[in-house]
Amino acid sequence: MGSKATVVEVHDVSKRFVIRKEKSLKERIVNFGRSNLHKEDFWALRNIDLDIETGTSVGLIGPNGSGKSTLLKTIGGILQPTSGTVRTRGRMAALLELGAGFHPDLTGRENVFLNASILGLSTQETEKYFDAIVDFSGIEQFIDTQVKFYSSGMYVRLAFAVAVHVDPDVLLVDEVLAVGDEPFQRKCMDRIRTFQHEGRTIVLVTHGLDQVAEVCDRAVVLEHGVVKADGEPRDALRVLRSEFDQMRAAEIEKQQASASAAPEERPRAEIVSVELLQDGRPVQEVTTGAPLSVRVTVDAAEHLDSWILGFGFDSSIGQGVFGTNSKLLETPMPPLRGRASYDFAIPATHLGEGSYTVHGAIAGPTGAELHRLREGARLTVAADGREQGFVRLDTRIVPAR
Amino acid sequence: MTTISEARAARLEQEPLRTTGPKRGFARGLVGQVQDIWAHRELLDMLIRRELKARYKDSALGFVWSLMRPLAMLLIYYIALGKFLGAARSIPDFAIYIYTGLTAWGLFSEAVSTGTASIVGNSGLIKKVYLPREIFPLAALGSALFNFAIQLVILFAATIAVGKVPTGTRWGYLPLSLAVIVVTALGWALLLSAVNVYLRDIQYLVEIAIMIFFWASPIAYSWALVSGEIGAGWLRELYLTNPITIAIMGFQQTFWVAGSDQPYPPDLDTRLWIWLGVGVLFTLIGQRVFARLQGNFAQEL
Repeated sequence: MGSKATVVEVHDVSKRFVIRKEKSLKERIVNFGRSNLHKEDFWALRNIDLDIETGTSVGLIGPNGSGKSTLLKTIGGILQPTSGTVRTRGRMAALLELGAGFHPDLTGRENVFLNASILGLSTQETEKYFDAIVDFSGIEQFIDTQVKFYSSGMYVRLAFAVAVHVDPDVLLVDEVLAVGDEPFQRKCMDRIRTFQHEGRTIVLVTHGLDQVAEVCDRAVVLEHGVVKADGEPRDALRVLRSEFDQMRAAEIEKQQASASAAPEERPRAEIVSVELLQDGRPVQEVTTGAPLSVRVTVDAAEHLDSWILGFGFDSSIGQGVFGTNSKLLETPMPPLRGRASYDFAIPATHLGEGSYTVHGAIAGPTGAELHRLREGARLTVAADGREQGFVRLDTRIVPAR
Repeated sequence: MTTISEARAARLEQEPLRTTGPKRGFARGLVGQVQDIWAHRELLDMLIRRELKARYKDSALGFVWSLMRPLAMLLIYYIALGKFLGAARSIPDFAIYIYTGLTAWGLFSEAVSTGTASIVGNSGLIKKVYLPREIFPLAALGSALFNFAIQLVILFAATIAVGKVPTGTRWGYLPLSLAVIVVTALGWALLLSAVNVYLRDIQYLVEIAIMIFFWASPIAYSWALVSGEIGAGWLRELYLTNPITIAIMGFQQTFWVAGSDQPYPPDLDTRLWIWLGVGVLFTLIGQRVFARLQGNFAQEL
């Protein structure tokens, strides 16, 4: 890897935006003396150093407003850095917004030529690729129709088709893979894989973290314009996910603080805590396949009879991954008054790599929920990166008989 | 991995690292930009076509409309000024005279006004793709030149119709005057389009300025009338310190055959050459200002 040529060299780049409100001549003159008071500096990037070698696929990830897109635009030469230098090699194509440069009044055919030209293809080259472009887009029927009559899907198909035929050495992609229907998306991903195979460099900005894990061989996490992590996608994603979790936790705390002020109907019982234990010791991180106990503590203010206790794992976006309860487990709970703890014993945690939250819930005899403690605990599951998704199946390949 | 990717890596290793965006420094930056624009000349051609095609795309008459405006103006000025106010009595072949002026002025005003709006109007592209941004005012100039060419053909046909076809050395004034208008318009378009990004008022200001300066050049009235009124003093020199005035008179020298015996300011060709030099210099300065301001285009739009 080390001997490969650097195609993008970002050296100590900072970018400052000046946030100003007024725009018109009148406002400028009226506020002339005070105009500095109306300005506000915002550093979108601070002292970024980044070298990208040829043939790598790099994902730029981070929360909204972390400077991902700004960095991408700086690499593409669309924005000039306030300080520092960006140097590049080879032909670069930026796919920052599909259909940039499509003119609604021109036909699809005319727009293909215009767009290809904007992305740096000569007319001759475009003619050579034209059939392939139209074929890839799958809208032959409408190619001589004005683009303004296109559906948004058709628009996107044509634009992506042009962009992938430009033959770039470096492809900058910003959030455009999420458009189009599923078959077309798959087509796009296939094309990106072909690009990787051909040794093209791809710099991808996205919020689809799974996509990064799938496509990229390097991920850079940005936050507030600073590189937080840079390396293997798995490690970078772990950093980002835990960051997201912290952000969410802070948000929930805020919500709860404001909610507690409002009068609440008194639950007869509540989940006090959810803890994760391994060999009797509290844990937050486990290796996939390891045993785990989930200890749920209940406090019943009134006498509870034939009640149900449950717990479950949720993904970082709050999607249910796993759940069970005493009813499903056919374990009737003894009558209860006061505080008590119960352990759910899991012999082997076959969860996929990622971070999860754990909730506990209590329900009455009718099945109506009495109380639920969301995100009572956090669990990070470490794996070897051999599989994706929420479950661990320990797959291997063997020749078929 | 594969031979394709190895070959690519090997080729890229040979290439030097380039700094993205325009280069700094006067001469280096200028040469760099000119090279960059030259490399994008096909795109420039496409953008001009786009402007022209898209403008009249769904109209039944299409390009004919680009002629309607100057023809309507010709009619208005010919009847109102020429006949009612009597300008036609002192200006021989008044229709040819006025159409010559309108054609030349039309080129300048269209190039400057569409050029000024070109950067803001193409913000969608500028924010998303790196291109030498000078290409947008240039495309505006290009489409203005195309319309101008059509009008010029009509003007030439009109001189044939009235039987006074310009001949010989008269034609010498045409390329010179045209060059003066082109460089002056380009300089203004570069300067104003860049400033317009930061101060959107500019494009309205330009509209008004174009209206005023229309009357500051001998288009609808003759130079003989002006010079008779303001004499030979500093006012006259002030009036002549306008490259477009001089260029329009250059056009009239070519096409207004009936006005051969009419007075012209002295040293018209010398003045044209001087304004050409000034215009080139102004364009270069305009480009440098443009280059300075364009670094922040993407975030200001």
